[in-house]
Amino acid sequence: MAQHQVNYLKDGGLPVALTTIDKVVNWGRSNSLWALTYGLACCGIEMMASGASRYDFDRFGTIFRASPRQAELMVVAGTLTKKHAEFIRRLYDQMTEPKWVISMGSCANTGGMFNTYATVQGVDRVIPVDLYLPGCAPRPETLQYAVLLLQQKIRRESASRAQKPKRLM
Amino acid sequence: MRAYTPKDDVQKNPYYTDRYWVAPQVAKSDVSEDEVFAADLEAIKAAFDVSDAYIQVGQMVVIINAADNYGVIELMKNTLEYNQLSELSAIDWLAQEGKFEIFYQMLSMSKRKRIRVKCKIDEKESIQSVSSLFRSADWSEREMYDMFGVVINNHPFMKRILMPDDWEGFPLRKTYPLQGDEFAQWYEVDKLFGKEARDIIGPEIRDSARVDRYDTERFARLGHEVPRGADISQGEPDTPLCYQEGDGVFLIEKFDAEKSVVISDRDR
Repeated sequence: MAQHQVNYLKDGGLPVALTTIDKVVNWGRSNSLWALTYGLACCGIEMMASGASRYDFDRFGTIFRASPRQAELMVVAGTLTKKHAEFIRRLYDQMTEPKWVISMGSCANTGGMFNTYATVQGVDRVIPVDLYLPGCAPRPETLQYAVLLLQQKIRRESASRAQKPKRLM
Repeated sequence: MRAYTPKDDVQKNPYYTDRYWVAPQVAKSDVSEDEVFAADLEAIKAAFDVSDAYIQVGQMVVIINAADNYGVIELMKNTLEYNQLSELSAIDWLAQEGKFEIFYQMLSMSKRKRIRVKCKIDEKESIQSVSSLFRSADWSEREMYDMFGVVINNHPFMKRILMPDDWEGFPLRKTYPLQGDEFAQWYEVDKLFGKEARDIIGPEIRDSARVDRYDTERFARLGHEVPRGADISQGEPDTPLCYQEGDGVFLIEKFDAEKSVVISDRDR
């Protein structure tokens, strides 16, 4: 407890903030985006760099979790092969609502330079994507910007979005 | 000056007879030039049928019957001291001869020599496994089955190694299209959502040259973001980097680009 007298009417105003439930919930959600570690290829290295101390994702509230049950953001970082498509869908389904997906890099966006029989031509063929991040590979700053844009998107949404989950089809 | 050649019938006498450039054959020399190889070849010839043998780039190539492959590799491992199987795979000659060529690349650490053992099999023919002699053959043979469809007899675990187990087709055959056949193109859609989802999800966009500069349905330019589906054929406005929308976020001070300083000295 503060020992000194605080005059709430003068020093910094009343300790009261008025807002809406939507804003408070989205404020919390957007600033604690826990991401699933999903490095599939070289973009994963940039994602790891973003999480490490130099670029420091923690200050945005983005903490990488190794379990889909604890994550609400999936950063698909790298080439998605057809063999792996089944597993990315399973992991996406295991994430709790609300959940968001960032498709990181050319390979995840469109298949990139892997125009072959074994590569999924864009993860949006398998899971719904919120944000496409260009680059090969995008630098950590770009991923940070993507997360900040996603935060803006989350704040614009209704907080009760969980009742209508996104559908790919 | 170059010697004159008549150019009358240039079209009728094309310079190239092949449509594509064909690599020249690497020169072959006789096995008797190398006494180590000559002795090895004698030992193989004593027990097995050898249809051809020569030296190419310092390595001996021995062509044998496909039925003898296990015996030859066993002989080379146990008596001729070729103690490593460094590579094993197939080559697709189905278009030319209707056959696969199987090669075994052997290395002798004591003799410091390499021998390539080759044999040919028909498309539907299977071949004996050598994985009981060399553990490295285990995965190589599985890969050969996966990529070419060459079935291996007596293999401990004859399954696909790279492609999914439910895959159809053998991708490294010359007849397999690079961008996949119909099965491959719809693989993930069929598997996850069922065939009826094909119409909804649509075919893959495989045209790598396809660029739609004004596509705002799927792409937004960084620093020039516009609402989805907006028409930007007349140019789009600059949207300076803005980390917080409106008047900022509850309890967080809004970043002001005007007050920020760009640090030019990276070592600071």
